[in-house]
Amino acid sequence: MTGEPAAAASRRTVLILGATSSLARAVAAELARRRYELLLAGRDPEELEAVATDLRMRHAVRVESRPFDALALDSHGAFVEDCRKASEDSLVGVVLCFGYQGDQPLAEKDIREARRILDTNLLGAVSILSLFAGYFEGKRNGFLCAISSVAGDRGRRSNYVYGAAKAGLTVFLQGLRNRLSGSGVRVVTIKPGFVDTPMTYGRPGLFLVASPEKAGRRIVDAVLDGKDESYVPGFWRPVMFLVRSIPERIFKRMRW
Amino acid sequence: MEPSVVRSLSGWGRYPVETCRVFRPEKRASLEEILASDAESSYIARGLGRSYGDAALNHQGGVILFERLNRFVAFDPRTGVLECEAGVTLAEILEFVVPRGHYLPVTPGTKFVTLGGAIANDIHGKNHHRVGTLSNFVLDFRLRTPRGEMITCSPRQNPEAFWATVGGLGLTGLLVSARIRLQPIATAYVLVDFLKVSHFEEAIAAMAESDHLYEFSVAWTDCLARARALGRSILMRANPATPGDLPTRSVDPLSPGRRPKRSIPFDFPSGLLNATTVGAFNSLFYGLHRTTSRRLVDLERFFYPLDSIRDWNRMYGRRGFVQYQLVFPLETSRAGLTEVLERVSASGRGSFLGVLKRFGDANAGVLSFPFPGYTLALDLPVGDGLIPFLRDLDAVVLRHGGRIYPAKDAVTTPESLAAMYPRIEEFRAIKARLDPKNRLSSSLARRVGILRS
Repeated sequence: MTGEPAAAASRRTVLILGATSSLARAVAAELARRRYELLLAGRDPEELEAVATDLRMRHAVRVESRPFDALALDSHGAFVEDCRKASEDSLVGVVLCFGYQGDQPLAEKDIREARRILDTNLLGAVSILSLFAGYFEGKRNGFLCAISSVAGDRGRRSNYVYGAAKAGLTVFLQGLRNRLSGSGVRVVTIKPGFVDTPMTYGRPGLFLVASPEKAGRRIVDAVLDGKDESYVPGFWRPVMFLVRSIPERIFKRMRW
Repeated sequence: MEPSVVRSLSGWGRYPVETCRVFRPEKRASLEEILASDAESSYIARGLGRSYGDAALNHQGGVILFERLNRFVAFDPRTGVLECEAGVTLAEILEFVVPRGHYLPVTPGTKFVTLGGAIANDIHGKNHHRVGTLSNFVLDFRLRTPRGEMITCSPRQNPEAFWATVGGLGLTGLLVSARIRLQPIATAYVLVDFLKVSHFEEAIAAMAESDHLYEFSVAWTDCLARARALGRSILMRANPATPGDLPTRSVDPLSPGRRPKRSIPFDFPSGLLNATTVGAFNSLFYGLHRTTSRRLVDLERFFYPLDSIRDWNRMYGRRGFVQYQLVFPLETSRAGLTEVLERVSASGRGSFLGVLKRFGDANAGVLSFPFPGYTLALDLPVGDGLIPFLRDLDAVVLRHGGRIYPAKDAVTTPESLAAMYPRIEEFRAIKARLDPKNRLSSSLARRVGILRS
């Protein structure tokens, strides 16, 4: 008789937001390999289910999928409740993988594009992370991991609207970490450099691009090792240190 | 819009090298988006790029990589039916099914191919004489046609599209997913009988006489040996091992230990593999083997000896190599093989890998390669005069009623191909129905005139 509750208590479920991207798939696979159960969320139910089935088959763990739209802020409260029920309160963490790079030149002319970039990467993330922060704070346990970007470390002409959104996300995560320290809830900021995803695919001049699998492993390591912030791959930390050290009067004239 | 990149691509033989616009979709819906866009006038699907020549190239056109459309869909351990997306590799399938007591029903000499590529080239393996090609185990597949439909094809449902797509070189539609029936296994080992013969005629006599006793049969053939040693061979024929055949207390009959992976870290100088070096290797290889029976070998080593050396194609240097695989009908095999082997050995074009095998029955695939007879596969380094040499071989093949395998070809002409594949008109008619605007095309399809340009 005692077998059932014990099994339920040992369940650990992680929610992946924006789960159909190659990076998210790699994070999910890495978690599944370490025997975490998964809840996958995203906009495209067919793709989500395809990814969920694949993970279930390859790793023999429980994987479910749920519809989620970062822009539909009003739905986020119900979504959290849905996740809580679907996981039978076994949720131990969230990895936020959704993002929208957008079209920088378009965003310069059309505020709707700029807004979409800011709404998805910043507002959508703030909304859902705040709700889950409350949930985990109540449990005094759990982690919130979000994929920010090195683009948020310094504004550049080629992607500064996206960069501004990610900079906002990075600062939001810092504050959240500060607020939750001592509550048992960890907040992990991931700053990917170049990962081999559709966001970077085909862009000229990229160097040392990491495979999604490698990035996924590093992200999960960062979460489980209790890191606050992690560059992916790791050499981006010194690279971004240098990028941030360039004086603005020189930086403003650089073309990149 | 789906991102893409223009880059140089080649097949496994690294000849030819062409410029293509390469797409790498991650979602099924992207396939439709790419096909519907006018970014390129035509597209061809590409798996792991293990076809040797230009079957998965589209010069100045679009190439769609399937590496990220690689999801498992379903597996029924009771029936052994596995469904997965076209980009799943045979290596991934094996990793999944071997511990569950199943194996691929048909496998080529490498597991680094995708399921989609395997179907599009209707691959055969060492058990063709018993079970035929992979398509005999394909229950059905989903095909995204350039007309925007998703159709399910099986020998009963849309049979025309089914038999044009297996071996259809990716020209009838984009393979999205397929269901295949796997082979149950009791162990991941085979018992191999090695038979050393000093002339290829002895090899084909032995195959004719006793291949039916073996589930798997193949011969390594020395294509440089001449005269009385013409095509001296080592037959490797095997049957599945039972748990009782394994040494006692062996850990797990379904998981042989992993072997270290080696790789060729740089291009060997072109010309390093020549008649002298390959001749020496062949003599050594031939000399080292003995006629022995019931040697226990794990399936990995038996089926994929070269997979343990990553990038082995670099041995042929920058200029690359061409694989030439032919089949002769039973009646003409002896005469045809004699002529081919004499020409190859006299040319001194070193073929590291000469593989000889007896095929079983053909299937209904419109462009499927195998038919009853003997097949020979050669690797020939690209060098001066190779193309005229291969055109001459084409003439020999045709004179003896044979044909070559398009998956490996990089050289043949429309005239030769049409003579070798008499059902090509039928293929064109089916393609015209599925793809009226020729949105799917490849360098090979244009070069050999499957699509008239």
